[in-house]
Amino acid sequence: MPLVNGKYKANNKDPRVPANEVPAEVRAHNFEPVDTGYTYEDAIEEANRCLDCKRPRCVAGCPVGIDIPTFIRQIREEDEEAALATIRDSNMLPSVCGRVCPQENQCEGSCILNKTGDDPIAIGQLERYLGDQSESLAKTPVCKPANGKKVAVVGSGPSGIACAGALAREGFDVTVYEAFQTGGGVLTYGIPEFRLPKAIVKREIDGLKDLGVKFEYDAVVGRLYDADEFFNEYDYDAMYLAVGAGLPKFLNIPGENLPGVFCANEYLTRVNLMKAMLFPEYMTPIKHGKNVVVFGGGNVAMDAARTALRLGAETVTLAYRRTEKEMPARVAELHHAKEEGVRVLELVSPIAFEAGEDGFVAKVKLERMELGEPDESGRRRPVVIPDSEFELPCDVAVTAIGTNANPFAEMAADVKLNKWGYIEADENGRTSDPRVWAGGDIVTGAATVILAMGAGKKAAADMAEKLLAE
Amino acid sequence: MAFEILEKTQYSEKVFKFRVHAPQMAKKAQAGQFLIVRMDETGERVPFTFADWNPEEGWVEFIFMVIGATTEQLSQLQAGEEILDITGPLGKPTEMVPGNWCVIGGGVGLAIAYPVARALLAAGNKVTVIMGARTKDLLILTEQFRELPLENLIITTDDGSEGEKGVVTAPLERLCQDKAIDQVFAVGPVPMMKFSALTCEKYDMPITASLNPIMVDGTGMCGCCRVTVDGQTKFACVDGPDFDATKVDWADLSARQGSYRAEEKVAMEHVEHEGGCKCHS
Repeated sequence: MPLVNGKYKANNKDPRVPANEVPAEVRAHNFEPVDTGYTYEDAIEEANRCLDCKRPRCVAGCPVGIDIPTFIRQIREEDEEAALATIRDSNMLPSVCGRVCPQENQCEGSCILNKTGDDPIAIGQLERYLGDQSESLAKTPVCKPANGKKVAVVGSGPSGIACAGALAREGFDVTVYEAFQTGGGVLTYGIPEFRLPKAIVKREIDGLKDLGVKFEYDAVVGRLYDADEFFNEYDYDAMYLAVGAGLPKFLNIPGENLPGVFCANEYLTRVNLMKAMLFPEYMTPIKHGKNVVVFGGGNVAMDAARTALRLGAETVTLAYRRTEKEMPARVAELHHAKEEGVRVLELVSPIAFEAGEDGFVAKVKLERMELGEPDESGRRRPVVIPDSEFELPCDVAVTAIGTNANPFAEMAADVKLNKWGYIEADENGRTSDPRVWAGGDIVTGAATVILAMGAGKKAAADMAEKLLAE
Repeated sequence: MAFEILEKTQYSEKVFKFRVHAPQMAKKAQAGQFLIVRMDETGERVPFTFADWNPEEGWVEFIFMVIGATTEQLSQLQAGEEILDITGPLGKPTEMVPGNWCVIGGGVGLAIAYPVARALLAAGNKVTVIMGARTKDLLILTEQFRELPLENLIITTDDGSEGEKGVVTAPLERLCQDKAIDQVFAVGPVPMMKFSALTCEKYDMPITASLNPIMVDGTGMCGCCRVTVDGQTKFACVDGPDFDATKVDWADLSARQGSYRAEEKVAMEHVEHEGGCKCHS
């Protein structure tokens, strides 16, 4: 630890310790992790850059309020076990969040070093580093004695996992119901292996099982079970609905249903969940396009584009109707995608897909856009440039333009929905049915892993308070 | 979770029925709904419509025809063995509007037509069934259909090897002309459903078709099973699988069903090699 007169003095003027990334030309052709993470030395060196602010802005920037300066100090003091415990007080999934949070808009974006002209602390890397040590560090925390109350958690994505873990620690008897054959929700079917290894998701789920949480897979609540059954026959005291955002949105342009045109959800699910890259050893096929065009500018679009590269595409074009600056994706994802060879085509909008002789999509017609006045989201609205049509060859197209509400919200329980079909819930996740809480994307619309987790944790605390007072 | 196969029935060279232990699913299944099977760790997710179910005994049944690699592998499983994953019931149940129904089943679609006909009868409707297949050997469940208290059972085969020579639309047209029916349900290959819809349209006869596009999750998440109905994109898994057949874009459905024809050949070769030869070992 850097000391001056026996007191800690941060090395904040040192450059940020760089991520250990696999060279782009290597990683673009396999599904192995892009970033192998900090070493012990890296973590100490980076921790030594932290000013340990009295009034830390990073904590305020974290959606779940992790005590960031404390865990960084504990890394510095070489007490990784305590550091991990500090994170776990607020966040059960540090290995996941360290990898997928948009830190530049949250903790790192709020770091005071941005103001002093220095690089912000690599908080995400440090969080991930600790999370990844958890197997060699302290085992999962001990649970309070069983309190006799039962909760059904619907959905095993980040929100469901966070809620289940927090409830189990409070002594609840928790069962998680998952529609797919395995757990993790979007962490499993959505985020690719090269960004979030599935072994990590599995480890987090196994951690919950160690806490006594039960998992029932292949269970579509709303069809296989319903709320009445849960409360009346299975004696659940409460339900937490975390079914996620659902139905993909469409471009609504001609040719969108041609074979070879995918929604990102399908494209990614085939690869991530069903392992289509290993076809025919794994029986689920996927189209290997030569010229792949992905539509969208978010993390899902980046994941799809980078997956297409790894499936052997010769060209991958990311078509977006605004400019890179307005893209909602994490900065790191866009940066990685471009390094790997994804071509970004700004200010364009598709108008039609056209089939080749074999009936499969063969090209896409686009038109050029320019940015006009800001819209309700505050971003400048793209406006069509007249007579600017052009074509791109495209034998696989992937649309990643967002999702609508999941229809299973309504089927799973009789709770009030808003006009877009999302569940109406208060800040603690309470819905119109006093026995049912809800959180994550099914309440907020598509958002981040960390917000979904935060909602799960809050709901768990509120459930504990309410149910244990009964 | 794993699901034990309680009983395996073979109807013809390529058509099989599995009865599997699934007590909770048996409580909830309704006619027209489907389940998704993933046979083992490397398996794909494939939808099959419920053929029958019994909540007291805790089982569900589905019928399948060997048409590709996955159904080939599935057909090799025996009673007593397990299927790794079965998800369901999925989709909306068939709407049982009271009336004089004609249920049309073509080929393996007969496996879906059968429980729908039975449920319509149980709900107090009059039911006529038209069974259609290319040839006699591809007709399935004929005995089971004969045992139902139907108004009429009409069989057609393309080659005339059983029943009327020709396709299902000929008897359908007669029934429409005679005003012997007022509701139609059709399930089978796309051309059969399409031409049944065109026939019904001529007579202003309502017709529902049960569609069978490729699916992955089956819960409305992935969009793979999207179909165009009345100019709108619908998901067969959550909005269907039943739709107004006169509004379905059949060309669209047919093209999407063929999305993986090339891959299907590769998978079939892979399965055949695994089954016998040692050329990959």
